[in-house]
Amino acid sequence: MTDTTALVGLLRKRLPDLDLEVAEFRGEVTVMVPAGRAFEALSALREVPMWLPALTDLTAVDRHPAEPRFEVVYLLTGYEPPVRLRVKARLQGETPVIGSVTTLWPGANWLEREVYDLFGIRFVGHPDLARILMPDDWEGHPLRKDYSLTEEPVQFAGHTPKVPGRIIPKSPPRR
Amino acid sequence: MPEPRAETLTINMGPQHPATHGVLRLVLELEGEVIVGARPIIGYLHTGFEKEMENRTYHQNIVFPARIEYLATFSEEMAYVLAVEKLLGITPPPRAQVARIILAELSRIASHLVFLGSSAIDVNVTSGFMYCLQDREEVLDIFETVSGQRMMHGYYRIGGLHCDLPDGFEARVRRLTEGLAARIDEYDALLTDNLIWRKRLEGVAVLTPQTALAYGCTGPVLRGSGVNYDVRKAFPYSGYEQFEFDVPLGSNGDAFDRYLVRMEEMRQSRRIILQALDRLPGGPVCLDDRKIALPPRSELVRGMEAVIHHFKLVSEGMHPPVGEVYAAVESPRGEKGYYLVSDGSNRPSRVRVRAATFNNLQALPAMVFKGSVADVVVAIASIDVVLGDVDR
Repeated sequence: MTDTTALVGLLRKRLPDLDLEVAEFRGEVTVMVPAGRAFEALSALREVPMWLPALTDLTAVDRHPAEPRFEVVYLLTGYEPPVRLRVKARLQGETPVIGSVTTLWPGANWLEREVYDLFGIRFVGHPDLARILMPDDWEGHPLRKDYSLTEEPVQFAGHTPKVPGRIIPKSPPRR
Repeated sequence: MPEPRAETLTINMGPQHPATHGVLRLVLELEGEVIVGARPIIGYLHTGFEKEMENRTYHQNIVFPARIEYLATFSEEMAYVLAVEKLLGITPPPRAQVARIILAELSRIASHLVFLGSSAIDVNVTSGFMYCLQDREEVLDIFETVSGQRMMHGYYRIGGLHCDLPDGFEARVRRLTEGLAARIDEYDALLTDNLIWRKRLEGVAVLTPQTALAYGCTGPVLRGSGVNYDVRKAFPYSGYEQFEFDVPLGSNGDAFDRYLVRMEEMRQSRRIILQALDRLPGGPVCLDDRKIALPPRSELVRGMEAVIHHFKLVSEGMHPPVGEVYAAVESPRGEKGYYLVSDGSNRPSRVRVRAATFNNLQALPAMVFKGSVADVVVAIASIDVVLGDVDR
């Protein structure tokens, strides 16, 4: 297996009834799969002979206020030959849930915990889905877009609070 | 006499412990002197860099990477600017690319010297620490002449470098590399055949290639187990494909192999630096696309147009196209990647820092299983953990 086109073709052959959405940007190929079948697609990709990818990264993106707002992103890297493929799954709503891939890659354990901690996405089948970076009793999930960045109040006078987002406001995309 | 009970002892190690190289906490489960379970607890240094970066413009974010991973500052900055450059679809001028390689490799040497020194102090070779930090200081002195800062440089720019390398840079780096070759050989003589060093490191914290791959380990931790994966070779960036260097591999996957891999990497970095100095091209160090790179000061005092561009870039920033990219570099600790998602506005919609040590540290319980408590110290040192990178 030498390139992403072949990988996508192979995935189509293995799971013919799977709805795939393939996008390419700057030479990087992203495959969008339905969330309910992400595990199936990933386990098919993991067993591709001559590629046998490692899970380089697992993260999420919040597209709030768009719906479905969350995307879980898996970055797979085969070392010999070196080929990268990104797999994404979209998740709806306020209580997003997806299957855990810890059985495929044990290294997904902490990565999924981090995504759970910072985005509040639950991974079904994870052995120990606890917070990892934030304190255990923390409320909310900081990397969600509706979790705003604020400054802690201070006790001394003459301090102008600075929230980084207000120093240079967000400006819309250029046409 | 009471019957001996079969129960385990749970002890806590860290977060404030000199051998954890930062604020790493470990909960160890012991059966006598043997470790039957280890649970790393992280997050004590979590600073929310990813969230901070989502709330700033692409230029403002240049200050963050070096603070995330404070021992390999130039590699780290490079990963971020490469990701933004990939998003914009631009390539910096050749002089900037080669200069970045020299600085990144110097960073690798500086970082590996800290590894060597701190590992040495962990197994009680106290003088080794002093020697290594002294050498690292010489590298940091060069960084200071280049960027004005020893650690948090902010020297790279999207599209190149902030300013040209200083006068006498080449001669200074050459002088350093000359001295360094002899110094590395000296450390080799001091440690590699040192009986205590070998007894503490050999056969300790063994990681099989299968486990290393399963946990997504990269860098010397993966290569020490014999898996040949180096981002510089597999996915070359910034022109690494034009340089000749070897990727050292271990065979046993123990702490000693990881040490040997790092020693050889320092020599290979020196080789890359010498090649890069020979072919350091002239010319500009930054793109002159005024929608991306800040205009130089000389233009600012002469032209109104430059002032407008400067004002727009500083007060609003640039607008990359909608899309997502992942750019990775081989940092001294492994694959360091930045995953950027752009929604077309002046700020990244998502910045994900793929930290090498986060994955490497996950393999720690597997490394120390059935070992002794004293070996945990060696295992942590051999991962070369930087908690700023783990917690971000």
